[in-house]
Amino acid sequence: MKEIVIKTDRLSKRFGDFTAVNEISFEVQKGEIFGFLGANGAGKTTAMRMLCGLSVPSSGKAEVAGFEVYRQSEEIKRNIGYMSQKFSLYEDLTVLENISFFAGIYGLSNREISEKTKALVEQLGLEKEAKKLVAGLPLGWKQKLSFSVAVLHQPKIVFLDEPTGGVDPVTRRQFWDLIYEASEKGITVFVTTHYMDEAEYCDRVSIMVDGKIAALDSPSNLKTQFKAGSMDEVFYQLARGAKRGD
Amino acid sequence: MKQFVNFVKKEFFHVMRDRKTLLILFGMPVAQILIFGFALTNEVKNSRLIVFDQAKDPASQELITKIEASRYFEVERSVADQQQMEAVFRQGKIKMALVFPAGFNASLLHEHKAQVQVIADASDPNTANMLTNYLSAIVLDYQSTLSKDLVVPYRIVPEVRMLYNPQLKGAPNFVPGVMALVLMLVCVMMTAISIVKEKETGTMEVLLVSPFKPILVIISKAVPYLILSVVNVASILLLSVFVLELPVNGSVLLLFGESILFIITCLSVGIFISVKTDSQQVAMLISLMGMLLPTVLFSGFMFPIENMPYPLQLFSNIVPAKWFYLIVKSIMIKGLGFGAIWKETLILTGITVVLLGISLKSFKIRLS
Repeated sequence: MKEIVIKTDRLSKRFGDFTAVNEISFEVQKGEIFGFLGANGAGKTTAMRMLCGLSVPSSGKAEVAGFEVYRQSEEIKRNIGYMSQKFSLYEDLTVLENISFFAGIYGLSNREISEKTKALVEQLGLEKEAKKLVAGLPLGWKQKLSFSVAVLHQPKIVFLDEPTGGVDPVTRRQFWDLIYEASEKGITVFVTTHYMDEAEYCDRVSIMVDGKIAALDSPSNLKTQFKAGSMDEVFYQLARGAKRGD
Repeated sequence: MKQFVNFVKKEFFHVMRDRKTLLILFGMPVAQILIFGFALTNEVKNSRLIVFDQAKDPASQELITKIEASRYFEVERSVADQQQMEAVFRQGKIKMALVFPAGFNASLLHEHKAQVQVIADASDPNTANMLTNYLSAIVLDYQSTLSKDLVVPYRIVPEVRMLYNPQLKGAPNFVPGVMALVLMLVCVMMTAISIVKEKETGTMEVLLVSPFKPILVIISKAVPYLILSVVNVASILLLSVFVLELPVNGSVLLLFGESILFIITCLSVGIFISVKTDSQQVAMLISLMGMLLPTVLFSGFMFPIENMPYPLQLFSNIVPAKWFYLIVKSIMIKGLGFGAIWKETLILTGITVVLLGISLKSFKIRLS
């Protein structure tokens, strides 16, 4: 029996009359790459924000890394990494400054910071760019750096909110190599995406439609279940019935 | 604590890397002091004046010489008739005309009474007012030299003393004003923009997901501006002492203490604006319209509050800059101690506490 790191039970978020997330229940195991799919407005970002402690649920239960979201959000924050939809490093800081800033925010010691920084720069092959401003890096590199910074403090879970938007397929593939690497180290990856080819890379996938989880299984099981040749078709069959969206 | 220092260091990187902003930050107080000190002044010197002398007698000549000798006027030329005079006014280069009627000297001698006409271009009412005052003073002065030998019964000569600013210089008025203005601009606008910028770029989310306390995010973003503003206060004071020769009559320490209080007021306003807005442009606009304008209008620095309609006078009480302006004037110009400004300080502290409370409360710990 594998360790469960995320567990939700009828988790909901309502904004006035609008129910953004409607009683979702699921479990994510340690080291898993969990794809969180859904059309725009399906409620996946809201759900993710509740799990990260950025938004208080309206009802239901949720535990992240063994801590529950209502009262232990501080503990949760210490155990997760997060990479937002928008590219989220400081453009006017150098690569090194960015790494040591974020490492410092997570309370790493000076020695740890300098060791990790060195290792990370080598791993990403950024030796030449280390002292240059991040603004000058190509988008793909920025995103790889952003991901590496998000897992620098070795969180139990890393949340990725559409991490590969606007990146070419080759860089996307490289980005996924980083995700696999993190997963092999035992970091659970919770990722939202629009790209269905990326959905195929996940161990398990959930598809949200109108605030509810419409399907949840491994990509191959989902394809069998929906008699579809690709995740694209599975998604299309489910999302077609959606009432909201933009 | 280490995390906090780490964060403040990063904020300084932001400020220092942005050359243009840095130039505005430190250039603005210097530029404002120099502009107000040397270019914009409400003292009127060497105004051009024309004379329409129909008398051309010793008395009129003597008075003209006296006017010419003053530093306020330069007698540009004489005109020969009414039409000529009007034509000169229409050109707009002349602000003032002095008309002597025929037989000026004679009526002065025989009737002990004569008239001169003073015509001023009142399209700029303040200047016109000031110039007529200057001119009347010269005429009065001339009159008193004439009547020196005569025995005039019942004469009251007011002896006027201008306290704190005997030469009626502009600097004592605008240095405190510029201080309020610069601090307002730097603290409110820069803080608001720098926080909103993090929201725009998405880094704020990352910070909020981190274990770093949200309240510390805000405080560490405000710290660099607090320090920069103290530097600004110092540079304004140095300029005012060494360039404008306006000394600080009271305690410099007290002045800095009060300035820090006002800086914190402004920072709270900046934080409040940043919480309520999502784009840098909006934050800038609100800072400028919402804060700069009331500061200019209601601090008493440019327009006397006493002359405003009562509702506006009431409104001026909630403008923090008004109280700061009063405090700085009291310390710097009048040389008063804390005993004289405790009330203003208390009000300013009250405003600060309220603003800080509101802005920290509205900064939601969890973004929803």
